[in-house]
Amino acid sequence: MADHAHHHEESFVSKFIFSQDHKMISKQFLITAVFMGIVAVMLSIFFRLQLGWPGESFAILETFLGKWAPGGVLDRNAYLALVTIHGTIMVFFVLTGGLSGTFSNLLIPLQIGARDMASGFLNMLSYWFFFVSSVIMIFSLFVEGGAASGGWTVYPPLSALPQAMPGSGMGMTLWLISMVLFVVSSLLGGLNYIVTIINLRTKGMKMTRLPLTIWAFLITAVLGVLSFPVLVSAVVLLLMDRTMGTAFYLSDIFIGGEALDVTGGSPILYQHLFWFLGHPEVYIVLLPALGISSEVIATNARKPIFGYKAMVGSILGIGFLSFIVWGHHMFVTGMNPFLGSVFVFTTLLIAIPSAVKAFNYITTLWQGNLRFTPAMLFSVGLVSTFVTGGLTGIILADSALDVSVHDTYFVVAHFHIVMGMSAIFGMLAGVYHWFPKMFGRMMNTKLGFVHFWITIISGYGVFFPMHFVGIAGAPRRYYDYSAFEYLDFVMDLQPVISVFAIVGALGQLFFLFNFFYSMFRGQVAVQNPWRSNTLEWTTPVEHVHGNWPGALPEVHRWAYDYSNPAHEEDFVSQITPAIPGEEIH
Amino acid sequence: MGGEATKAISKEILWGGGRSPFSVTYGKMMMWYFLVSDALTFGGLLTAYGFARAGSEDAWPIGEQVFRALPGLEGEYPLIYVALMTFILIVSSVTMVLAVEAGHRNDQRGVVRWLFATVIGGFFFLGSQAWEWSHFIHGSGGMFLLAEEVTVTDVDGEQFTLNAGDAVYMDHHLGDAVAKWREGDLTVSMHEGHGNVMFVDNGHEVALETLTLNKYVENESAVSGADALKLWNARSENFAFGANMHDSEYAVQQSYANFFFFITGFHGFHVFSGVIINLIVLIMAVNGVFERRKHYEMVEKVGLYWHFVDLVWVFVFTFFYLI
Repeated sequence: MADHAHHHEESFVSKFIFSQDHKMISKQFLITAVFMGIVAVMLSIFFRLQLGWPGESFAILETFLGKWAPGGVLDRNAYLALVTIHGTIMVFFVLTGGLSGTFSNLLIPLQIGARDMASGFLNMLSYWFFFVSSVIMIFSLFVEGGAASGGWTVYPPLSALPQAMPGSGMGMTLWLISMVLFVVSSLLGGLNYIVTIINLRTKGMKMTRLPLTIWAFLITAVLGVLSFPVLVSAVVLLLMDRTMGTAFYLSDIFIGGEALDVTGGSPILYQHLFWFLGHPEVYIVLLPALGISSEVIATNARKPIFGYKAMVGSILGIGFLSFIVWGHHMFVTGMNPFLGSVFVFTTLLIAIPSAVKAFNYITTLWQGNLRFTPAMLFSVGLVSTFVTGGLTGIILADSALDVSVHDTYFVVAHFHIVMGMSAIFGMLAGVYHWFPKMFGRMMNTKLGFVHFWITIISGYGVFFPMHFVGIAGAPRRYYDYSAFEYLDFVMDLQPVISVFAIVGALGQLFFLFNFFYSMFRGQVAVQNPWRSNTLEWTTPVEHVHGNWPGALPEVHRWAYDYSNPAHEEDFVSQITPAIPGEEIH
Repeated sequence: MGGEATKAISKEILWGGGRSPFSVTYGKMMMWYFLVSDALTFGGLLTAYGFARAGSEDAWPIGEQVFRALPGLEGEYPLIYVALMTFILIVSSVTMVLAVEAGHRNDQRGVVRWLFATVIGGFFFLGSQAWEWSHFIHGSGGMFLLAEEVTVTDVDGEQFTLNAGDAVYMDHHLGDAVAKWREGDLTVSMHEGHGNVMFVDNGHEVALETLTLNKYVENESAVSGADALKLWNARSENFAFGANMHDSEYAVQQSYANFFFFITGFHGFHVFSGVIINLIVLIMAVNGVFERRKHYEMVEKVGLYWHFVDLVWVFVFTFFYLI
């Protein structure tokens, strides 16, 4: 690695655009993710209007969607495209690229005491692949026939046959291309994160002294490096089926009563390949959020994190188990019941490390000297959603129960709470907590409180009623439920859900205003505003190349020495040497 | 760069921060993780292949019956050609090891010599694969499907009852003529009668003598004379010559040829990238770039990639040709 200690003038382009500095790249990821998040939330509001008040005309829909909402009524095909792209953007661009990209980049070098990532150049490439992939995904909304419409999992044959539906044409091809670029970005990022954590820890930063954020980012990166390539295999084979006339996923297909001349493929094969990625992906999304909240909760409870080793062990356990549970997404594909029961067993095993984490958060909070910053509220909110969503996970993991609620709103409720809300809460907690590190200014606390309460109330307001809609038997992704008499008694909930969704979306304006206003006008931050132990708070507020102006700090203790009676202050920075007679972790 | 002997150092120090615990540079470690990741890409593809093969209702072609031609030679040499290709690739791994070893000694001439040999080996493999693909695409005679049930006796006296939709294979003399004739090529004419069928191709006569059953699966047998004529007369309009993305003479399942093209093609793409990268590093070595850097780690990194590509071929070879 080059020595960055000397200062040199940089052009605007090399400083803000093609930057190789991890702090700038992290900001680039964050801003891109915020933009993608706004797009995805808007898409969800558009289709929630249709679901809440089916067939009604809304002027706003015609303003934004034009020919997709003739007379202000959302078109059927456009509805499917909106659902698909909402899911895709949220899962991949906001919660994978945005969350990991922002916080791994920001925190890995700062918290392990490194000058920068192992390879600044690959790190820069990682962002630009992500950027181009985002642009293509957004662009796919504007092509003839509309964006991909087969759901975010793009199962064949809908995704494999361009003539299957309007969105299966150009929109689907762009979706696949965007996804391949996304995987390249994630691979370059992941390799960098792993190697940096292993090779560039500063003196004294033993693996057992790493903050839990870093452990979470490490395992997240490993999961990504192992699972995304399988998605590439699946996606490239799908591209072949679309463009070259192969039949990896196609067999015995009829369109309009006419048999297509394809033999020998299997659509189930795609599902196996996809979910081999798809399930680790859930934890790629969730683990960084859990890591962030571990750090935020310990700091703001002014207590050592409860059960550090158990926390690390459960991250490792979740990471390992996530590779052997993918079949639970496929219980209704005609899977051999014995194989199904194996997947039930492995899936239920995940409850153990997850419960360890949940209880450790609660025991860390127990009798803590709690300090309710917005970041802390969002972290505690994460613990709440993680438990609520996790409990319905146990129901879905059981194949006997899953068969009756498979692909209903129950599933939608489950993963939006456990993966959507939890990960977003973790991300927001991270933004509130490390904003001073990123931008040198503080975010407004009062606006943060308003933002938190609106978000958690409307979040539960949206997703909690969906459990009932799902148990009543409403399948997901339908355009209009009014034709099903057996669902009439739960359909009163649909407008309620939509109202909560709109309120929740508007509530995010508090965040956006706070975010951009504080970036330029916020109160100037002090070096260690949260009185935290980790290394990033020993760097100067003004960013410098190489992070520390002088020599790299040396680490003498673990990251969670809060309220240690042997010390005067209630926090002991990791760079504080042991005082005589003190036993250090 | 050779690290220290890591075993002599205590774990406390190795993992205590401020150094690389494995005594390797970040670049080399990144290459290792990249290879793990790439292994999963191939893992996904080969698993998909296994899935398709295990789930197939029709018999799957046997490697040694599909791949038994040598360039320019008549006759059958099962798997000889691919064995040669594999041998060349593995030898190129050996020369790569020698290049890395020369790099450890900072021996510029040795690095250049052995890298050059590796590049040549890589090109040989790519060329062989090009021939193999071309042969696979062109086919060895083609086949037609039967339109009705036929019972015939093969040359060894065994009786076969074939159903409509079963495949019958031609040899490549007959197949070439039939292919032209079916395309409407006016230089080829068909003459039927006197208990025989004859194709005249530019004055060159090809008679229907022998047809083959189960050419690419178990129980291959030859049928000739009147029985062959019976098969010919029961033909449907469904002919296939060689292979493309949609039809192949090798299997009823479209996916057999699809997987062959995609997986060997994807591997070939890896070899091709490897050859290009090796070539770039070779040019750098010739220009003395590594002499100025005082180490040849780049050779080691591309060496890792090259060995990986070879290793993957061993699996591709096993799954497509041997099993």
